[in-house]
Amino acid sequence: MSNGAITTTAAGLAGQTIKPKVSSEDWIMRAVLVGIALYLLITMVFPLYAILSKSFENPDGVFIGLSNYIKFFSTPALFWSIQNSLTVTLITTFIVVPLAFVFAYALTRSCMPFKGLFKGIALIPILMPSLLPAIALVYLFGAQGLIKGALMGQELYGPIGIVMGECIFVFPHVLTILLIAMANADARLYEAAQVLGAGKIKTFFTVTLPGVRYGLVSAFFVGFTLVITDFGVPKVLGGKYNVLATDIYKQVVGRLDFEMGAVVGMVLLVPAVAAFFADRIAQSRQVALLSARAVPYEPKPSRRFDMMMMGFCMLIGALILTVLGTAAFASVAKLWPYNLSFSLNHYDFDLMDGGGWDSYFNTLELAAWVAVIGTMAVFTGAYLVEKSKGFETGRSMMQFLCMIPMAVPGLVLGLAYIFFFNDPDNPLGFIYHTMPILVICTVTHFYTVSHLTAVTALKQMDPEFEAVSSSLKVPFYRTFIRVTVPVCLPAILDISMYLFVNAMTTVSAVVFLYSPDTALASVAMLNMDDAGDTAPAAAMGMLIVGTAAGVRLVHMLLSHGLLRRTQAWRYR
Amino acid sequence: MNDSQAAYLQVENLTKMFGDFTALKDISLDVFESEFVCFLGPSGCGKTTLLRAIAGLDIQTRGRIEQAGKDISALPPSERDFGIVFQSYALFPNLSIKRNVAYGLENKGMAKPDIDARVKELLELVGLSDQGDKYSAQLSGGQQQRVALARALATSPGLLLLDEPLSALDAKVRGHLRHEIKELQSKIGVTTIMVTHDQEEALTMADRIVVMNHGIIEQVGSPNEIYDDPASPFVADFIGTMNFLEATIAAPGRVRFGAAELTATDADGLQAGSDVTICIRPEDVTTRGVDAGTDNAIKATVTDLEFLGSVTRATLNVAGDDSLEFRADFSANLMRDLVIENGKDVTVAFPTDHLHVFTERVQTEVEV
Ligand SMILES: Nc1ncnc2c1ncn2[C@@H]1O[C@H](COP(=O)(O)OP(=O)(O)O)[C@@H](O)[C@H]1O
Ligand SMILES: [Mg+2]
Repeated sequence: MSNGAITTTAAGLAGQTIKPKVSSEDWIMRAVLVGIALYLLITMVFPLYAILSKSFENPDGVFIGLSNYIKFFSTPALFWSIQNSLTVTLITTFIVVPLAFVFAYALTRSCMPFKGLFKGIALIPILMPSLLPAIALVYLFGAQGLIKGALMGQELYGPIGIVMGECIFVFPHVLTILLIAMANADARLYEAAQVLGAGKIKTFFTVTLPGVRYGLVSAFFVGFTLVITDFGVPKVLGGKYNVLATDIYKQVVGRLDFEMGAVVGMVLLVPAVAAFFADRIAQSRQVALLSARAVPYEPKPSRRFDMMMMGFCMLIGALILTVLGTAAFASVAKLWPYNLSFSLNHYDFDLMDGGGWDSYFNTLELAAWVAVIGTMAVFTGAYLVEKSKGFETGRSMMQFLCMIPMAVPGLVLGLAYIFFFNDPDNPLGFIYHTMPILVICTVTHFYTVSHLTAVTALKQMDPEFEAVSSSLKVPFYRTFIRVTVPVCLPAILDISMYLFVNAMTTVSAVVFLYSPDTALASVAMLNMDDAGDTAPAAAMGMLIVGTAAGVRLVHMLLSHGLLRRTQAWRYR
Repeated sequence: MNDSQAAYLQVENLTKMFGDFTALKDISLDVFESEFVCFLGPSGCGKTTLLRAIAGLDIQTRGRIEQAGKDISALPPSERDFGIVFQSYALFPNLSIKRNVAYGLENKGMAKPDIDARVKELLELVGLSDQGDKYSAQLSGGQQQRVALARALATSPGLLLLDEPLSALDAKVRGHLRHEIKELQSKIGVTTIMVTHDQEEALTMADRIVVMNHGIIEQVGSPNEIYDDPASPFVADFIGTMNFLEATIAAPGRVRFGAAELTATDADGLQAGSDVTICIRPEDVTTRGVDAGTDNAIKATVTDLEFLGSVTRATLNVAGDDSLEFRADFSANLMRDLVIENGKDVTVAFPTDHLHVFTERVQTEVEV
């Protein structure tokens, strides 16, 4: 027997801890990772620090401690906004989450027909700037509204209008989260419940609800964050009812009180950050709940139940289509409500204030840059976080940086950019008031969701691809280009689409950053509505929706074709 | 193997920690040129960890690794010389089989015709000449496994590492591929280390087996040595079937088992009166031609018979001591000739050269 012969030559060496040699490839990976981390530091952490310190300064930049905050909390007109914001946000979330839940239930647990169509309609508001449903509501319930009687004499401008507008705006976002949570039902649990003789209602409360409870919690907090940080709806429909989001804008743009703007921004950050952490906790629990061996649930037809579900979906679908249709109709009506004959006058944007057609083309340019640069940065960053070796601290710091943007409201980010980039001492100040700052701000604003999409796709890849290629002496970047990117192409296209659409519809962050040369369509909408040109604002909104829908369609066809050509391996 | 010849791969005092957990404890091992070595042990014992340390994929905490005379202890995988096949195969799904096999060659600046020729040769070697233009999703598990093997061998590495390459396959394909891999390995003579938890796989394929348990090496030896002469109760129990029986030392070289006294060379140096465990495989228990006068004879009663096909496994009680029970395998032939049936009294022998003595009292439950 030749038992593992111990050679004693280097016995002394054996005691030392091995320091793995870092290869040149590892250095490249680390350098790129650090580069992207630096990008996030400069475009997010530093500006956030700038806005935080601004909230402790007077207009001359002198540190004055908590004075600004004391002023905020001793001015009722200011601090009442906190209560107002929370009120409309909570009411909206408590209305939307149950509605979206039933809708998602209908799509996943019933056998009703036209599921695809209903889902498509429900997702339309994702393509709208939040200003658009608000403007449509003005045409429906405003002073000259078509059906203003339905409000029974109540005033549209104020909490009622805000809640109605926000409901439409966040519905698809909440629905998406619930659909994902519901798609993971385990049929075995339902069978077990049936075997045990549990009725439909009992099964619902003992199986269905517990299975999606974290999804519900997550949907609640995401809805909460979207509403409390939304600026478009309260801007149009708030009237004299102040909320935090509109207050920031009023302080900065209306009163040029940047310091108070910073304070309100910090106050708005608190619920956003809290909701962010609550959502993260819920999400991680949801993942843990998933069992790999779950058997997908197949709903069984039940005429009465399916018809009830379809009736509900038709109602919601009709509401959304009414809003869209109203905006479309108003944009082509000659003079609402007196002359409803067809006219494209409102699309002649060059006649209005707000930036004209240029703003539309600027928006397209912005969206294209954001989609291209953002997708590249996000996917590369996610790849390095997931696949690089060693460098644990660097990677976990990067992971943390990637999550922060989700917790930062767009208005706060935009205002923070003013403080950071418009500082005469900042060598990067030259990008202020240019297209690049809009691109950078938008990429950062929407970084987190894109990052998570990329991480999910990367996690599904065989973890040994990198090991195999290093054994074959193929550098990682080659495998990244030749294998990782092609295999993850569907996710990459999804990310670019997400970034494109959001860049088109966003108002909050960019409203502080555009210049006359870089006016954007969504901002033009805002300004035209402000100036009383409601119909042109609706027209611009329709243009955005139409473009987003068109680009989405092209993207669908394109990725379909691309997938067929490059992903032949997916089909046996 | 040949101890005078310098080892191709030398692993010295390797320790790997995951936080506070020690996955490998001071492992030392030599692997010789062209040898086929199997790391065998229960799941979680550290086989993969050792393999990944050798590959540089998860570098050890302490200890030294030398390959072909060069210290590679701290080198990244890209600076070591090996090919690797994983349980998942890790074939690139978006590249054709040919491109998968050519993956390492394309990077070496080889001319296109040379690459094509080499790929053709390799696909022939693994018997997949006509599958080159397909994608991995279109191949069976066994075929994918062979593609992964061809890809790992393409650059003619000095060392081939296989991590449970067969365990994702069904039994029939597995048996077939065992043979094929072994044949391929001896044909091209590449030094090979394969990780497996399947003893049959290790016994049929390996030149030498490294039996591991809880981060240490229990025994290194040829399949025969491991099977016939287990160095520890763990190895005895993990490989094949073994009777573990309580006994005491009667005198140096002699053990008392029930009423019988047996000669056991393993017991030569042991103190009279000490408790030991004696081991014998059921198939080594003899009956034919045994009588009370035979060396190491034991009187026993058959209490249970389990038909296993070509042999029948009998459970026997030692006469005079119902608590002592052991198993013996009887061939169909013997069953007939001696009319073995439940309740029958027989005399069996534990031949000295198959009888092992361990000084520990052993729990025989080892998870495989
Ligand atoms: N990356 C890791 N982190 C922590 N523990 C690990 C890691 N990899 C392996 N281990 C632990 O080390 C032990 C040996 O693992 P492994 O080498 O994979 O066993 P096997 O013999 O089944 O291949 C196991 O207990 C495992 O849980
Ligand atoms: Mg293993």
